[in-house]
Amino acid sequence: MPQTIFVEAINQAIIEEMRRDEAVFIMGEDIRRAVYGATANLHTEFGDNRVLDTPLSENGFFGAAIGASLVGMRPIVETLTSFMWVAMDQLISQAAKMRYMFGGQATLPVVFRATMFYGGGSAAHHSDRSYPMFMNMPGLKIIVPSSPHDMKGLLKTAVRDNDPCIIFEDGTLMGARGEVPDNSELPGGELLVPFGKANVVRQGADCTVVAIAGAVGHAVAAADELASEGISVEIIDPRTLVPLDKRTILESVEKTGRLVVVDPAHRVCSAASEIASIVAEEGFWSLQAPVVKVASEQVHIPYTPALEKLVYPNKDKVVAGIRKTLE
Amino acid sequence: MDINKDRLMLMLRRMWTIRHFELKVIEVHSAGEFTGAAHPYIGEEAVAVGACAALNDTDYIAGNHRSHGHPLAKGGDVKRAMAELYGRKDGYCKGKGGSMHLADFSIGILGESGIVASSVPVATGAALAAKIGGKDFVSLVFFGDGASNQGACHESMNLAALWKLPVIFLCENNQFAVTTSYKDSVAVEHVSDRASAYNMPGVLVDGQDAIAMYEATTEAVRRARSGEGPSLIEGLTYRFEEHSLGLGRVRRGEYRTGDEIEQWRKRDPIVIHTDRLVAQGIATLEECEAVRDETMAEVDEAVEFARNSPFPDESELFEDMWATPIPQA
Repeated sequence: MPQTIFVEAINQAIIEEMRRDEAVFIMGEDIRRAVYGATANLHTEFGDNRVLDTPLSENGFFGAAIGASLVGMRPIVETLTSFMWVAMDQLISQAAKMRYMFGGQATLPVVFRATMFYGGGSAAHHSDRSYPMFMNMPGLKIIVPSSPHDMKGLLKTAVRDNDPCIIFEDGTLMGARGEVPDNSELPGGELLVPFGKANVVRQGADCTVVAIAGAVGHAVAAADELASEGISVEIIDPRTLVPLDKRTILESVEKTGRLVVVDPAHRVCSAASEIASIVAEEGFWSLQAPVVKVASEQVHIPYTPALEKLVYPNKDKVVAGIRKTLE
Repeated sequence: MDINKDRLMLMLRRMWTIRHFELKVIEVHSAGEFTGAAHPYIGEEAVAVGACAALNDTDYIAGNHRSHGHPLAKGGDVKRAMAELYGRKDGYCKGKGGSMHLADFSIGILGESGIVASSVPVATGAALAAKIGGKDFVSLVFFGDGASNQGACHESMNLAALWKLPVIFLCENNQFAVTTSYKDSVAVEHVSDRASAYNMPGVLVDGQDAIAMYEATTEAVRRARSGEGPSLIEGLTYRFEEHSLGLGRVRRGEYRTGDEIEQWRKRDPIVIHTDRLVAQGIATLEECEAVRDETMAEVDEAVEFARNSPFPDESELFEDMWATPIPQA
């Protein structure tokens, strides 16, 4: 199977969806020149009308995407998580609430692709991993791909979904390689990954690790290390947080009796918090040990690598977390 | 005046519909028939009615918290609007939106927004869809003098002018953002002066004159449809009532004088329109009074309809969240 880089998987998904459906267009800052790579060659193929470089006006153009989606278009917006703060009114007051508030009249097939750049010395203003805040707001579908395969398949599904979707693209994965099947190898001729269906990355017996986005790699590395000691770790990647595949997580905890949740977001009210609370509410009698959260520390992202490296989950923290459940 | 009688009479009818609707809302709200904020449009009817008379059903509008006048001006259903205020199942939004969120997508009413200026980018986006999709509809957004200070407004005007989008920015300058005069919050003399910063025409129009509003909007629509881009229209008007029902602490006289209110009440848009129709021999006073009476009866029927409509069933709480449904969290 061909090896594809994460950012190329994004590009493939966009190109395929724009070829398939003329209602799909893309807008964002500096996308014609593809400064972040994901929009390479789009302008050449699809032209000015469907590949729009925007002014630095997130609240304005996020809202314009929302408005266009209301009347039949299927916009994709490229942005960074940290710029979403500037557009929160449109994301929350309009995208999330409009359908319900208008009694189901509004349909908003709009996709926001928000890259999370963190871990590379970008400091507090450019390192946000903000998906838990959006999980708290009903009305938005929240997608957190961890591999080129899922990135491509989930983005294509998002473009076809009729609700507002935010895809949190993990910047630490942008250069990662992974297997993405060629369309000719697929039944149906294309890669679509459904929402709300977790991926069991690895089966195991002793401890369940639910890992989100870039944290899946840390979980795999931790599981590899512990395997040499005979500890068998099951790794689950939820792939989407809204909707969340509770069943797969609960069934796994029922089997292993232990849960570690690894989340690159800040630990308070994180996705890890929500998953831990679901297991506490619905899987309590399966647990043989307290749940462990391995999430980012509740502190802003410092610039200096000497301090930044302390903030995020990593393999060693996951190993320690798993050991704690086995004490 | 190059407007046929049917259209002029429709404008009168819609102004009366809004007037009766709002008077009735004040009455039944005071009687406790429903709760929550409601922002009367009395005094400003000519702005929305004149503007919407220049639009087709296939054109889009979006609006704000002072929300009853816009949909009724575009031909919205009086019964369903009233039922929504009553929180009933037959309301426009099945009781989930209420006074500030009337919408009727079937006739291009993309909804009213409770957050000031928040619908301005949305309406701009509808116009973007027209441009990208090669459609000939236009979109028009109502916002106030207060909203004109929001970044969303300025960002949208820049985008629309940059991309020559078929959108009409219609500022209803009723002169007060709750209690703050626009003279204390807008740095230019007129909101319409701001158009020059975005390389679009900006016109100041008498917002008590439905025909003037119609003519200004007709020109803006012509520009929009012919690819010339957006326009800014400022309808200078006045809110005859208080900012909102249920906001008792903001009493008359604390931020504007009774004399000022009385002076503006003498410029009642319905009286101005009626007088002109009669004076120019377009309609008789009897015809105009018949419109007044018919619309009053229609609003009374709407209240009965709303009162008799059931509340939504409790099972409907989770409905209308998703277009592509997912399990309830």
